Amino acid sequence: MDSFAAAPEMPLEFASIDDAIEHLKSSHPYAIKLDERDGYDGIIVDADQLLNIARVIRDDLGFDYLSSATAVDYLGEGDHMEMVYHAYRTSGGGALVFKAQTDRENPTIPSLTSVWRGADFQEREAWDLYGIRFSGHPNLKRILMWEGFHGHPMRKDWREAYYEEDQKPFDSRWPGGHVHRSEEKNVFGKNVSYPQDIDLNRLMDSSESAVYESLGLGVDIERVMDKDGFETNELVVNMGPHHPSTHGVFRMVLTVDGETVTSLEPVMGYLHRNHEKIGERNTYLHNIPFTDRLDYISSMGNNHGYVLAVEQLMSLGRRYNPPTYRCEALRVMMVELSRIVNHLWAIGFWLNDIGAFFTPVLYFIQERERILDFFEAVAGSRMMCNYMRFGGLFGDLPERIKSVTNLTNDRVRDYNTMQFLTEMINERIPRTIDELELLLTQNEIVLERSVDVGVLSADDAINFSAAGPLLRGSGVAYDIRRAEPYSIYPELDFDIAVEDEGDMYARYRVRVQELRESVRILRQILPRLEATRGESIWADGKPGAYAPRVPHGEAYGRVENGKGELGYYIVSAGGRGGSANPWRYHVRAPSFINLTPLGHMSKGHKVADVVGILGSIDIVLGETDR
Amino acid sequence: MYGTGLAKGLMLTLRHFVESYIDDLRYGFRKYHHSTDNFGIRQGTQTKGVITVQYPDEKVAVPERFRFVPILIVEDDDHPTRAGKDWCTSCGICAKVCPPQCIWIVRGSDPVTGRPVPDPEAFFIDIDICMNCGYCAEYCPFDAIKMDHDYELASYDRTTHHIHDKERLSKPNSYWRSIAPTRAYEEMLVRGTWEHKDAAKEARRGQSSSSAPSPQPAAQPAASTPRTTPAAESAADASASATAAPPAEGATPWSEDDAKREERRRKALERKARRAAKQG
Repeated sequence: MDSFAAAPEMPLEFASIDDAIEHLKSSHPYAIKLDERDGYDGIIVDADQLLNIARVIRDDLGFDYLSSATAVDYLGEGDHMEMVYHAYRTSGGGALVFKAQTDRENPTIPSLTSVWRGADFQEREAWDLYGIRFSGHPNLKRILMWEGFHGHPMRKDWREAYYEEDQKPFDSRWPGGHVHRSEEKNVFGKNVSYPQDIDLNRLMDSSESAVYESLGLGVDIERVMDKDGFETNELVVNMGPHHPSTHGVFRMVLTVDGETVTSLEPVMGYLHRNHEKIGERNTYLHNIPFTDRLDYISSMGNNHGYVLAVEQLMSLGRRYNPPTYRCEALRVMMVELSRIVNHLWAIGFWLNDIGAFFTPVLYFIQERERILDFFEAVAGSRMMCNYMRFGGLFGDLPERIKSVTNLTNDRVRDYNTMQFLTEMINERIPRTIDELELLLTQNEIVLERSVDVGVLSADDAINFSAAGPLLRGSGVAYDIRRAEPYSIYPELDFDIAVEDEGDMYARYRVRVQELRESVRILRQILPRLEATRGESIWADGKPGAYAPRVPHGEAYGRVENGKGELGYYIVSAGGRGGSANPWRYHVRAPSFINLTPLGHMSKGHKVADVVGILGSIDIVLGETDR
Repeated sequence: MYGTGLAKGLMLTLRHFVESYIDDLRYGFRKYHHSTDNFGIRQGTQTKGVITVQYPDEKVAVPERFRFVPILIVEDDDHPTRAGKDWCTSCGICAKVCPPQCIWIVRGSDPVTGRPVPDPEAFFIDIDICMNCGYCAEYCPFDAIKMDHDYELASYDRTTHHIHDKERLSKPNSYWRSIAPTRAYEEMLVRGTWEHKDAAKEARRGQSSSSAPSPQPAAQPAASTPRTTPAAESAADASASATAAPPAEGATPWSEDDAKREERRRKALERKARRAAKQG
């Protein structure tokens, strides 16, 4: 009975992550070594072999979904640049983390765009912010900063304008905090440098061609000939950055033949503030309110992802208490409510984009108002909730949602919190979803505008690293709440919303289904809240410290946010620097990566459809541009 | 049949239109009923119509946890021993937890010895930079900084009006208790007294030297009806009027605790002296 020998060979696509790494080690013995740094995970791949190994990882080992590709600058910690890739299987399970290192002086790494097209924007971001060259990238140019910007701002030795210190808290604030405004003391310009050959007049150039110069559209703006030598109506249309259909400051440059789109190039970064650099200056705690400002429609979800990532790191240390059950239940409730807010908003504004101007969206906003009222009463703010803490929450539910008059002409409300919640979850929200379906699902105009428009096939969706309703609308049943469950999702009963068609209408139906599933989850949360009434939201009964020390290591925390997979890659230098600030803080923003297939989806459609396709992706520029 | 989906949708908009008037009908086409305050009902979960709040003629009162820019708590003017005194001890925690670093504190120092004293000499908050996260209030160990509810702070000149100094920031303790009675009550439970921690400690010290402490549970007076504003308020006044607030845990005599603390302090000083000797 030699069960060992008799065991059938496991197909590689189903091998565990450890077995997959073993396989890679045996097939590429010299190109791979385990990442043995304290608290680190995965393998370090020889940069020369990266492309081959990535193919093996995708094709033989079945890790077909590249979730995140990001760079880390280890200045003073080994003095190298590192690209970190997180690949997952769409069938579920954990990540295969692989990394490639290169030196800081002339960093070059082969591009993985030929393996995963979803790496496109992420590699451009790494080039833009870290200056890593990706050999073989078809379109390697800056994405968040503008062409002509000097330097690569995420590098550890790069300093921003109004730079004060590397890490917060700044010494100038206490005990000798004599106030001054940065702009008075450190005039703009001190930390700003230009490349030597720059012609500042060029930035002022108002001629048409300069606007499109760096885009590589291959179209002569002045005169466009068709293949037969006739002048045709193919032209370049610039939409945005200030355009109501772009949901913020987002720019699309289209070439159109007649009215049909032949190519589309998204241009972003108008709202870029280098969130990640700010995040590295911040302490761990400081970052929570900053995450609110990413996807400002669903700040609870942003909090959750970040808090999970840091809790993953903290759990490596000794003094860490996981959150209590009540805390987890409250977190899930808040996140599901913000998913409802997000989807109502997304569907409403998508309808605006395709012509149902403001009637449906105002019906949905009316519902959103109640949820925001609830957030305001519990967390203190309607949108910038800042509600979650490491190992806990800002506070438990108040007994009553109550306001006190303190300004003149105040209108006062007073509700019992649980009653308000119960009525909202059991009556109002389901009623609104029913109305939404009645209004739209069989509406002929909606059908004609959205069926078979902006089609993304399942294979493409995976290859483009699409996430959220965009991925599930293409028939890929991938939801992180099920694929790699977190919090109390394993014990909750809900289904993954999925539609096969891959068009705008399928995405709409996925969102409607998810609204219903969220209500289903919320109905299961209510009795859990009743059952845990009186339990503390903190494991040891008292709030966590304001300056938690996070042990050395890396963590990738990801959640299924309304817009898709929101991931936080966090590196803690822990004991090395002895600081409470993250060494690397990266946001895998679904709004950003979901734009990668926009050009692909828009090809062959009309300009008016492009607006709808963008709306059906559901982006928010706070998160796209970071 | 083609068009039925469209027609159903239009019926729905019509229903919304009618429902808003049905709700109006209930209150006699008056927005708010004169005898009962129906604002809460018309904004609640049961209503079907919509009413618009005509800002700035009328405003929706913000809930207690609402946070806008911070304020500093000072004792009321009629406080028997500490009138007008800051609750802030200039410990600097709020400046450290502030994510955008908009808090500036000058720690007070004794003019004679130059040693730091627990009193802020100056306190600034740049409200242009403040991101209203509420950390300062959340992590303040003395409940001395709170998030205000007054959100109407617009001005024509940001360079002169938007750095709030100590004078502008300071609001009396009674103001905080009036805008957030439930929270003030909860904080009192944690602190064990309506008074400032230090004031209560001093009072206890004075009390224990003169007579035996009266172990009166602090939660007693306000616990009756903490949720209703007037009751909590009157209870608050009642307990605040007693200068010497009762200790939180009557079981432990405070003099013993002080002795322990004194012992720890002496030991720490010794250690410090030893370290200085070693280095020197």
